Amino acid sequence: MMRWAPLKIGARRGVIEARHAFTTPEEMAGIVIPSVIAMVVIFFLRGVSIPGTEVSLGSMSLPSMIGMNITFFGMLGIVQALTVEREDGTLLRAKTVPGGMTAYFVGIIVESLIQLLFSLALVLIPGVIVFENVAFDGPGSWLLLLATVIMGVGATAPIGAALGALFSNPKSLALVMLPTMGLVAISGIFYPITALPTWVQAIGQVFPMYWLGLGMRASLLPDAMAAIEIGGSWRHLEMFAVLGAWTVLGLLLAPMLLRRVARRESGSAVAERQQRAMQRVG
Amino acid sequence: MRYGTKDVLKGVDISIAQGEVVTLLGPNGAGKTTTIEILEGFRMRSAGEVTVLGVDPARGDEVWRSRLGVVLQSWRDHGRWKVRELLAHFASYYAPFREPWPVDDLIRTVGLAEHAQQRVSRLSGGQRRRLDVAIGIVGRPELLFLDEPTVGFDPEARREFHDLVHRLADLDTAILLTTHDLDEAEKLADRILILAGGRIIADGSADALSRRVSTEAEVKWSLGGERFVHAASDPTAFVRDLFKQHGDAVTDLEVRRASLEETYMRLVHEIESGAGETTLREFEEAAR
Repeated sequence: MMRWAPLKIGARRGVIEARHAFTTPEEMAGIVIPSVIAMVVIFFLRGVSIPGTEVSLGSMSLPSMIGMNITFFGMLGIVQALTVEREDGTLLRAKTVPGGMTAYFVGIIVESLIQLLFSLALVLIPGVIVFENVAFDGPGSWLLLLATVIMGVGATAPIGAALGALFSNPKSLALVMLPTMGLVAISGIFYPITALPTWVQAIGQVFPMYWLGLGMRASLLPDAMAAIEIGGSWRHLEMFAVLGAWTVLGLLLAPMLLRRVARRESGSAVAERQQRAMQRVG
Repeated sequence: MRYGTKDVLKGVDISIAQGEVVTLLGPNGAGKTTTIEILEGFRMRSAGEVTVLGVDPARGDEVWRSRLGVVLQSWRDHGRWKVRELLAHFASYYAPFREPWPVDDLIRTVGLAEHAQQRVSRLSGGQRRRLDVAIGIVGRPELLFLDEPTVGFDPEARREFHDLVHRLADLDTAILLTTHDLDEAEKLADRILILAGGRIIADGSADALSRRVSTEAEVKWSLGGERFVHAASDPTAFVRDLFKQHGDAVTDLEVRRASLEETYMRLVHEIESGAGETTLREFEEAAR
């Protein structure tokens, strides 16, 4: 009972944190507005079809966007929580109570998962209703979607935790944010990746975002659409291999870096960080 | 404890009994924070031995952790949580180890009953601190660390907080407090430790410290509308003579030992100006 208690408390913590996010208007806006804007844009791209296919650019972008959201909520959410909450003392407080650190990290993961599922539903439900070519084609596509989401969380959340552990300053969030935005451009989210030069395609394929978009398109678009992907295939094996590799890397790095963060947390460390934050403002 | 080649702490020996309130005073940079953080298990020492509740803090496990309470000054976390919700959450961490303090009872004890359903970010500075204290004691700690607990309190909140500390001590909690407020130290502490130059230069009640430091007391009185001040090494004898000489004509009599503030200033000044060794020896002799 004693060993599992922090996991249970952490799960409860994640649910409470998620509830707070959902009842705080600013946070809710942060989750909903970007998706809504993107959905509106995608909606107007319904009529623009991708050359050589009968599927619209809108129908293609919608599943891709879900893949992108997995990276955002899985990775950026955790990076942000870790940097901000180290500065305000949440982590330090966790360190002062028994089992607090474990519960804290479990809580962050649970909260991100809940937000991710919410954002998924937010895009998926209207998407399936509005876009004629976006549909579930039997249990196979459900299963693939589920597998992609799970693999996606595995590939992005531990990396997010590792990055969050590396940066102690919320300002350095931009160092993670900007490259991630850049990745959106080269991961074939809003336009097929095949339109890009081959060397850019190669870079895009290193990171999980491209593969998550691909997995979502494979789940939700007609099979014939595979023709416009790289190699004319959904490349499931390659997808699981790349996402699996990121998961392994993340799981190797994150516990090590998080332990280091936990070890170094102290009253004077937090006070010093807050001092620096004041200087930034002033 | 050592930074670079300079020993920051040398032979610091602190013992606190159940129900005792000990205040640690010292100028900034004297090693106060370092000492406390080593005791809390948040910082590793470079050498020496430390035991807190029978355990080396560097090896303290969760069971050990559950017996401690920590209240720090830099917290502004969990702003979105409601007061009662947050306290109940932190109580649940202790449940596997010991019976936590009933949440509603504790909220009343720290005087936050009216704010139980308020978001933490809406609390005033003093209310926030009282919540921090509540979280620090929700596991009924055997040893409580309080770091500058009343910074930003108005006088009334401060008085209430002092009452709370006395009540905790009555419940057999050992309390180690750091503060810059010497008046507060004098009011709260059963014992005062002064840390300067990396060692404990004084250890005793506020009263005992002032008697050791100042051999002279200040005597003030009025006589025929005029005010007099005299420093006397034996104030009792001096006052007896005064009355013998002037009888009922003496009014407004005051006899004052050095305040904790004066004692503290003198001790710390001597240590910092290098005369510390002598003072320290005098002190140790007086203590015997």
